[in-house]
Amino acid sequence: MRITCPICGERDRREFYYKSAAVALERPDPEAGDGVWNDYLHLRENPAGVTRELWYHETGCSAWLVVTRNTVSHEILDAVLASEARA
Amino acid sequence: MRVEGKGLINRGHPVSFTFDGMRYEGYEGDTLASALLANDVRLVARSFKYHRPRGILTAGSEEPNALVTVGRGARQEPNVRATVQEIYHGLEARSQNRWPNLTWDALQVNDLAAPFFGAGFYYKTFMWPKAFWEKVYEPAIRRAAGLGALSGENNADSYEKAYAFCDLLVIGAGPTGLMAALVAGRAGADVILADEDASLGGRLLAETHEVDGMPGAEWVREVLEELGEMPNVRLMPRTTVTGAHDGGTFGALERVAHHTIGRAGTPLECFWRIVAKRSILAAGALERPVAFRNNDRPGIMTAGAVRAYLNRWGVSPGKMVTVFTNNDSGHRTARDLLDAGVHVAALIDSRHDAPDCAGVRVLKGAQVCDSGGRLGLESITIRSVSGEDKLQTDCLAMSGGWNPTVHMTCHMGGRPVWNQDLEAFVPAEGAIPGMRAAGACNGVFSTAGCLRAGAEAAAEALDALGVAGGAVELPAAEDDPYRIAPLWAVPGKGRAWLDFQNDVTVKDVKQAAVENFRSVEHMKRYTTQGMATDQGKNSNVAALAILADVTGRAIPETGTTTFRPPYVPVSIAAMGAGSQGKGFAPQRFTTSHKASVERGAPMIEAGLWYRPSYFPVSGETTWRQSCDREVNMVRESVGVCDVSTLGKIDIQGKDAAEFLDFVYTNTFSTLKVGRCRYGLMLREDGFVMDDGTTARLSETHYVMTTTTAAAGEVMRHLEFVHQGLRPDLDVNFISVTEQWAQFAVAGPKSRELLDELLDEPLSEGDWPFMACGAVEVAGVKGRLFRISFSGEHAYELAVPARYGDSLFRLLMARAEEKGGGPYGMEALNVLRIEKGFITHAEIHGRTTAFDVGLEKMVSGKKDCIGKTMSERPGLFGDDREQLVGLKPVGPVKQLAAGAHLFNEKEEAVRVNDQGYVTSVAFSPTLGHMLGMGFLKNGRARHGETIRMVDHLRGLETYCEVIDPVAFDPEGGRVRG
Amino acid sequence: MVELVAKSAGDGLLPVTIGKLSLTEEVPTALTSLMPFKGGAAALEAALGAGLPGPGESGAAAGGRVLWFGQNQYMLVGGAAEGLGDAAAVTDQSDAWVVVRLEGEGCEDVLARLVPLDLRPQVFAEGRTARTELMHMMSSVTRVGPQAFMIMVFRSMAATLVHDLKTAMQGVTARR
Ligand SMILES: [Zn+2]
Repeated sequence: MRITCPICGERDRREFYYKSAAVALERPDPEAGDGVWNDYLHLRENPAGVTRELWYHETGCSAWLVVTRNTVSHEILDAVLASEARA
Repeated sequence: MRVEGKGLINRGHPVSFTFDGMRYEGYEGDTLASALLANDVRLVARSFKYHRPRGILTAGSEEPNALVTVGRGARQEPNVRATVQEIYHGLEARSQNRWPNLTWDALQVNDLAAPFFGAGFYYKTFMWPKAFWEKVYEPAIRRAAGLGALSGENNADSYEKAYAFCDLLVIGAGPTGLMAALVAGRAGADVILADEDASLGGRLLAETHEVDGMPGAEWVREVLEELGEMPNVRLMPRTTVTGAHDGGTFGALERVAHHTIGRAGTPLECFWRIVAKRSILAAGALERPVAFRNNDRPGIMTAGAVRAYLNRWGVSPGKMVTVFTNNDSGHRTARDLLDAGVHVAALIDSRHDAPDCAGVRVLKGAQVCDSGGRLGLESITIRSVSGEDKLQTDCLAMSGGWNPTVHMTCHMGGRPVWNQDLEAFVPAEGAIPGMRAAGACNGVFSTAGCLRAGAEAAAEALDALGVAGGAVELPAAEDDPYRIAPLWAVPGKGRAWLDFQNDVTVKDVKQAAVENFRSVEHMKRYTTQGMATDQGKNSNVAALAILADVTGRAIPETGTTTFRPPYVPVSIAAMGAGSQGKGFAPQRFTTSHKASVERGAPMIEAGLWYRPSYFPVSGETTWRQSCDREVNMVRESVGVCDVSTLGKIDIQGKDAAEFLDFVYTNTFSTLKVGRCRYGLMLREDGFVMDDGTTARLSETHYVMTTTTAAAGEVMRHLEFVHQGLRPDLDVNFISVTEQWAQFAVAGPKSRELLDELLDEPLSEGDWPFMACGAVEVAGVKGRLFRISFSGEHAYELAVPARYGDSLFRLLMARAEEKGGGPYGMEALNVLRIEKGFITHAEIHGRTTAFDVGLEKMVSGKKDCIGKTMSERPGLFGDDREQLVGLKPVGPVKQLAAGAHLFNEKEEAVRVNDQGYVTSVAFSPTLGHMLGMGFLKNGRARHGETIRMVDHLRGLETYCEVIDPVAFDPEGGRVRG
Repeated sequence: MVELVAKSAGDGLLPVTIGKLSLTEEVPTALTSLMPFKGGAAALEAALGAGLPGPGESGAAAGGRVLWFGQNQYMLVGGAAEGLGDAAAVTDQSDAWVVVRLEGEGCEDVLARLVPLDLRPQVFAEGRTARTELMHMMSSVTRVGPQAFMIMVFRSMAATLVHDLKTAMQGVTARR
């Protein structure tokens, strides 16, 4: 598997560390309530298809990335910097 | 027997080797299989289940029968295919799965009992009694049915793994692959041409075809010469591409030294990961056997293999050969044998409209229905319209047609497509992104067709790569049509073999269908067809055809089997190359490592780091003696300990303080410059992640300390919080763990020691507990932190790592002058347990700030990572197991980490569990064992007696629940 | 009076020569990490007297060589680290890394056994640099000559680096 880091270019997946769904970027307000926090921390989609994930170019440039990936075909569709992925 | 004037072997270079202890001669260029056949050795193996005598079936890596063991001792290599193994001087090969020997194998009785051993036999028979499986049945079956054995010794060989990159990977160097590489190479593309054979050329080496007006092998030589001179082309012989994976990555196994006796430093195998922008699969095709009664006798081989042995190795596998075919390619075998002067007894073609073949009797519309002979083929029975006839023959060359080698195109979920004209599966288009199947593996069986397909595939790849390619003239070659009439199994009684290696017969497949295992996947698992090391290369399609027939379905309806990587067996050692022994992970050594080892300190692993357990001195015979002494030393004078392994992260920027306030539960923006503060870090789910002290060096500059174990995790976390959650903050951080060698100097005499070493003595009042600042040692700029993990008056002194060794030796010497010395991990652990300081034994991922008694450190004035969730119900309160200290009070004085806690009068069973022990030590300071652990509502239960039970060690101890801080609870010593 | 003796990161491990390949330790006068603060890149460039290299690039600066070293990070190898101002987080890393030079025919083949990087000259020409994984270690690899690479890993892993490089050098040499 190869991931194209927006900084380093195409690299072997062993340089990357996987964290979680990209949902982790949408940290709720501290007062948002139990339901919202529960969703944020624990409830995940498990799609057969396109999914957005957080990967860390740990032994590369140290950038956190949002990688868009198809879980069925394993195709990597996109990778952008997490710092720029948030609206 | 050798045939004069034939073959590409080097007859000027004889090579001697042994097989089952007998010495034989072959030639350079021989495989073990060709050399054995040249020496008229036909019996080479016993089958897996029935121990039937078996010979060589094929001439390639698909060989199911001729598996041998090569070498001996630690270098013994089982299950080597004789058809792949090249011979070399001194090669020792042995047959396997037989006892006492190959010609008289005691377990051939299995064959007589065969009626009981059919499909599903194991499943049905060994079900009862259940307990018998592990003790009786499995060991017995394992002994009876098996392949070769490992030596049981450590693997003495070295293995490599490597990466390669190219524009175009060409898999297979037959006419298709060579032509593709030539076209792409001439255009300037970066090409890798990989082939599993030692000699590139594929079938051109095994046939008598002419290419471009010259013998095929000659054309191959010329092409290879041209390719070899191209700097942009890499030829990889003996390299089997084993799998197609995501992102244009391919696995490939290179057999580097299997063809030599071995040379120091030469790896045996290299496992390649090849990344290619485009790929061409030119893997060729594999010939199918025909199933008929007793078709597994040594001497019965595929017709293409007979041609290969004749044309490439100058060997005729028999003196009187018969050919049995259902397609035109079998006729070539007869022609080539006749041309070489080998007697061909008959050509049996199952097709009524079969062509004639000059010089041999062609029996049209006939079939071979049985074979005879003891340990090798002596006769066959031919059935034709005129009845059954017996024919003397010592070699039967059979062809049931050809299967394109579609395997690689299935590795990413692709399903091959049935082609009615070829009676075979061909690759589905686009099954592997960027890959094009071409030539025989795509159902093109003529030489001219393959050359054309190779050139076209290369042109297409060049186009996709954006490389301009010139026109290439295609060399002239045979363009014969491929005509076939299906013949999967010859009808009749008896056992007709499909999967030679796993002893699966036509009857077994039919039986599976009768028992309603109609899905090909079920049939396969029920019969074990296709589950041997050849992975069904020789039998899958025929088994499928028979299953289709008995279930009344067409082949494409019945399905396909799923080909998965690897294409050939790959040793674990090759895939894990570099990871044997200590190679599994990097070793991290502190600057004091050498000095510690010189002192006789046993080193223990802490993550990747190596740290000293204790420093024995003369007279000490147990670790406890050393440890107790070291603890006392720190409490009474001064000890020195390398703490460089703790993570140190340099944090700078105008928003550094705000950032720290967000990642720590407590506040760091209020920390004064020149001071340290203990910090607690939570995960976002509210559980403790890590702890450590952070020092403020300037308004905008902090140095954070993490635990040794969590240094990497914390760095990743900080980067995530910054980049993912707070990219607005202007802060940068970098690990400085490796920049500094840092030593704890702990004990009442620590200050006295430092004053001797530092260029300027520490001025009174400037260095209270938790102070930090710059110091100089012998002119070297260092950092000093007055922090303590022992509860004593202590410092940590850091210097650039280049001075670490020197400073450690100096500190040890000076400490010893004061009655102190170095201390190791054991003493460090005791010191912190006496003080109730937590480590990852306590903050193990399931404990909260509340549990460890630090909930007051979660500031109410600000948000931080984990704060919201730490406040959710269930994460605090009386029901939580809370950190306590434990002290033995009954007759048993022993404590054990991992033990569980129970109320005094309650049974020690799960439902009564009150908590568990995390850390224990003998405290020389207090004179008894001490424990730390978590107990339900523990903080309210100090003074209670509780029962500690270690079910594993059979230990039961009554303990008093005490405050975790067992020694100097007022903390007077640390401030003194 | 006390005295502290300096030891290099590769002390006692190098040099190593196997066949046509040599592995030697380089001891730069200093290694300085430069991480510009927000909006600080221009000021840092002015202080360095050179432009900051793009991802995967390196160049001369401040009397040394400056390597791109990761997202918003540069490593000044040698050169003067003083006076770089406060536009960047400047961190001394002189003792944090072991720096080795792998040189000789086949050095690309040696590295191909250790890093998952495309090192072909047309992709990774002289002056190109990469942060990558070398046998599970965070590393920095820079091509410093047609047949020469500078390789850096954390100081504590110097022995593992030398061991892995030696093994690969032996493997490559044995095949010749
Ligand atoms: Zn990157």
